[in-house]
Amino acid sequence: MHELPITERILEIVLKHASGHQIRKIVRIHLAIGALSDLEGEWIQRYFDYLSRGTLAENAELAIRPAPIVLRCASCSRSFEITRDELGHARCSACTESRVELVSGREYLIENMEVM
Amino acid sequence: MSDAVKLIEVKEEIQADNARVADGLRAQLAEKRTFLVNLMSAPGAGKTRTILRTIEALRDRWRFGVLEADIDSTVDAERVAAVGIAAVQLRTGGFCHLDASMVAKGLAALDLDSLDAVIIENVGNLVCPAEFDTGAVKNVMILSVPEGDDKPLKYPLMFTVSDVLLVNKIDYLPFSDFDLEAMRERVLRLNPRMQIFEISAKTGQGVDQWAAWLDGEARRFLGN
Repeated sequence: MHELPITERILEIVLKHASGHQIRKIVRIHLAIGALSDLEGEWIQRYFDYLSRGTLAENAELAIRPAPIVLRCASCSRSFEITRDELGHARCSACTESRVELVSGREYLIENMEVM
Repeated sequence: MSDAVKLIEVKEEIQADNARVADGLRAQLAEKRTFLVNLMSAPGAGKTRTILRTIEALRDRWRFGVLEADIDSTVDAERVAAVGIAAVQLRTGGFCHLDASMVAKGLAALDLDSLDAVIIENVGNLVCPAEFDTGAVKNVMILSVPEGDDKPLKYPLMFTVSDVLLVNKIDYLPFSDFDLEAMRERVLRLNPRMQIFEISAKTGQGVDQWAAWLDGEARRFLGN
């Protein structure tokens, strides 16, 4: 639902990074988006196609890699990955403790971009 | 320029800008000694009524202001202002959440020197507001009984980023199959630090315990 402001930021950031280079266009943008976020990749691309018209990023493809949800056990401090479906039922794989803390899974990172 | 594709490293967090603005706002509010609380919930969970009850309970001690965010109306701000509380309406114009710069703009319209605490009534939505740091010191969420005890499973991020959960409309419990214990277990699994209070903003039940907690946090922040 909040894809629009996020997409505006993606465009701002890639154009900023493009400005120091001699490039004709941005071909592909690699993003890592935490599996806990509710962003819809299809909508980000649609907004991006609209917002990027007439810029170096016009027609660029957004390649989204889902970043894993990582939890830390509140008892033995071990970190482990889980899927979104397991979130409400997660137990530490080592000591079966059910109290856990979120370490990552919320990130929105622009990793790199392919340019010509 | 060649036709070869090359790679430019970006490594930039998309939310970094908002995080910076939020941290700046927190620092500025600490200096001004204004305690900022962000209240989030689904539409209709009772945010405005909870704010009114909370302020009523603590009004003798702290001077409150309210930032009301709405997609396109001023009804909530009018309800708050009607009882003599400084209120600013932020129309988000279709945006589903508040970010830190919108909050900063709203706070600029309040006379912070004459206020100890400001409560943000975020846009009614359990998804988007969870993603945007507003600059608040504490994040508080409401889950109301009619919404069901499965919401921690559906909106895990909201339950993860909140410090306090107010289970509102607790007077509705006898008419509902809401399982308080199951909900509590689901919430604490996501967020072992969550403070949970059962309240009815309508009858006032449980509001004192929640208000006492908030009072303690405000004292700690404001140093008296």
